[in-house]
Amino acid sequence: MNKKNNTAEIQNQTNGFDVEKIRKDFPILHQEINGKPLVYLDNAATTQKPKSVIDSIEKYYRGYNSNIHRGVHTLSENATEAYESARVKVKDFINANSTKEIVFVRGATEAINLVAQSFGRNTLSSEDEIIITELEHHANIVPWQLLSQQTGAKLKYVPINDDGELIESEYKKILNEKTRIVAVGHISNALGTINPIENMINLAHEYGAKVLIDGAQATSHTSVDVKNLNCDFYVFSGHKLFGPTGIGVLYGKEDLLEKMPPYQGGGDMIKMVTMKETQYNELPHKFEAGTPNISGVIGLGAAIDYVNKIGLENIENHEQQLLDYANQMASEITELKFVGTAKNKTSILSFTLDGIHPHDVGTILNNDGIAIRTGHHCAMPVMEYFQIPATSRASFSFYNTHAEVDVLIEGINKCSKVFN
Amino acid sequence: MFDIKDLYQEIIVDHNRNPRNFGIINDADKVIEGFNPLCGDKLKLYLKTEGKNIADISFDGSGCAISVASASLMTDAMKGKSINDAELLFNNFHELITNENGVDEKSLGKLAVLAGVKDYPARVKCATLCWHTLHSAITGNKETVSTE
Repeated sequence: MNKKNNTAEIQNQTNGFDVEKIRKDFPILHQEINGKPLVYLDNAATTQKPKSVIDSIEKYYRGYNSNIHRGVHTLSENATEAYESARVKVKDFINANSTKEIVFVRGATEAINLVAQSFGRNTLSSEDEIIITELEHHANIVPWQLLSQQTGAKLKYVPINDDGELIESEYKKILNEKTRIVAVGHISNALGTINPIENMINLAHEYGAKVLIDGAQATSHTSVDVKNLNCDFYVFSGHKLFGPTGIGVLYGKEDLLEKMPPYQGGGDMIKMVTMKETQYNELPHKFEAGTPNISGVIGLGAAIDYVNKIGLENIENHEQQLLDYANQMASEITELKFVGTAKNKTSILSFTLDGIHPHDVGTILNNDGIAIRTGHHCAMPVMEYFQIPATSRASFSFYNTHAEVDVLIEGINKCSKVFN
Repeated sequence: MFDIKDLYQEIIVDHNRNPRNFGIINDADKVIEGFNPLCGDKLKLYLKTEGKNIADISFDGSGCAISVASASLMTDAMKGKSINDAELLFNNFHELITNENGVDEKSLGKLAVLAGVKDYPARVKCATLCWHTLHSAITGNKETVSTE
């Protein structure tokens, strides 16, 4: 055990990346659960917030809480400035062309619904087809099912293989000139599979289809360049990127957003309202009806600053090391079966234990302070494919350590002891 | 801090590994499904009544150790009981795993081993799924029972 931890310590400090120093930035990590140090491995559900994000929100509410885009007073000007400068940070973070392409929404879910309703409902008919995949989170399934019911458009699914990878040859087969929308996750939340989105986008464009990428699971692990990807829409949530809940981003190509009608009506999305009609505001405000989540946007801006400071390349490196180490340790447990063994995957370890239901695994681990997710991960079609009701999922972030992987493995071994 | 063994007692582990009354009753007069969307626990309850008594009862499906053991123990306890006694037991069991002050565990027999569940609020639904399903079967509700 000691030998293992020594190796872990060395690994945690390679390439000038000091995980112990980074952990000090996250106040929540330093507590005990059930008398044991918290080991937070549920990062695919939501990530923890660095102090700088928490402080930015407090600073706003203590110092310059005010409504934006309308007041002439100083507080309102400061709030507007902070809100709009966060939009610039988001634009740079995903390398969009313009802040007109960055719409603030409640989260990835709302962004997908916005595109389905504002873009899809107005352009699709019963002759058309939508392609999604078996790997999707429910948030990237249900809005398209609704759209399919509303327009009569046919919904098709790209199947997966036993490793939890999309079968590209099948995608090519179902793609055709009737395909109008392709919606696919960048990274699977249930299995961690990194999908070949660049190729999928290019292929879809050959048929004139528009592509939405659900990046909810991606932005905290890998850098995203929407210009290079050439996707038509890219969506993500702030809370999975070390920012607050209730804030998310819709990126859309300017010419597409320009043509799309507003998703919701209200204040701030108008230029002029008369009793007869309304002139809509310019992009991106056309899609931001009502007083927005100002503190959320400011918090998201601070989260992006923080991620940039650590560096996504360092984050990717450390997380990949954690995943390799976890895979290696887990493969020594005979009762453990990996679910999702894609060649390209992020730091998610989804597994089942012979004869032990994931829910029991979750309870036993929690008793030792370890937080993992157990269940279907809002991806029931994935569970259906593997013919299991649920998995246990440990998802790592850059603030996790090799020593925490050891605690997890010890916890998994304990599960077998409880049941035998 | 709770000892995990208080929850996963030997009887529970045993009933999970070798569930009693597991399978179909071909001439059941009531078959009703229970579903816990949170963890995907699914069970089907088969009930055969004679007059006002439970002549036979069984279940099948899949679920966590708590839900399987609970269904196993419940079906064991229900055999030969009158419908009225079954309803009384339903109420007592519910008290057992939700009442902080505790209840008279003697009246519950083996079922009392599930008392540890009350320290794990997220798991109460696992233990009660089969009971709610039985309750629906008795009261004539035909829809799938959901814990949500």
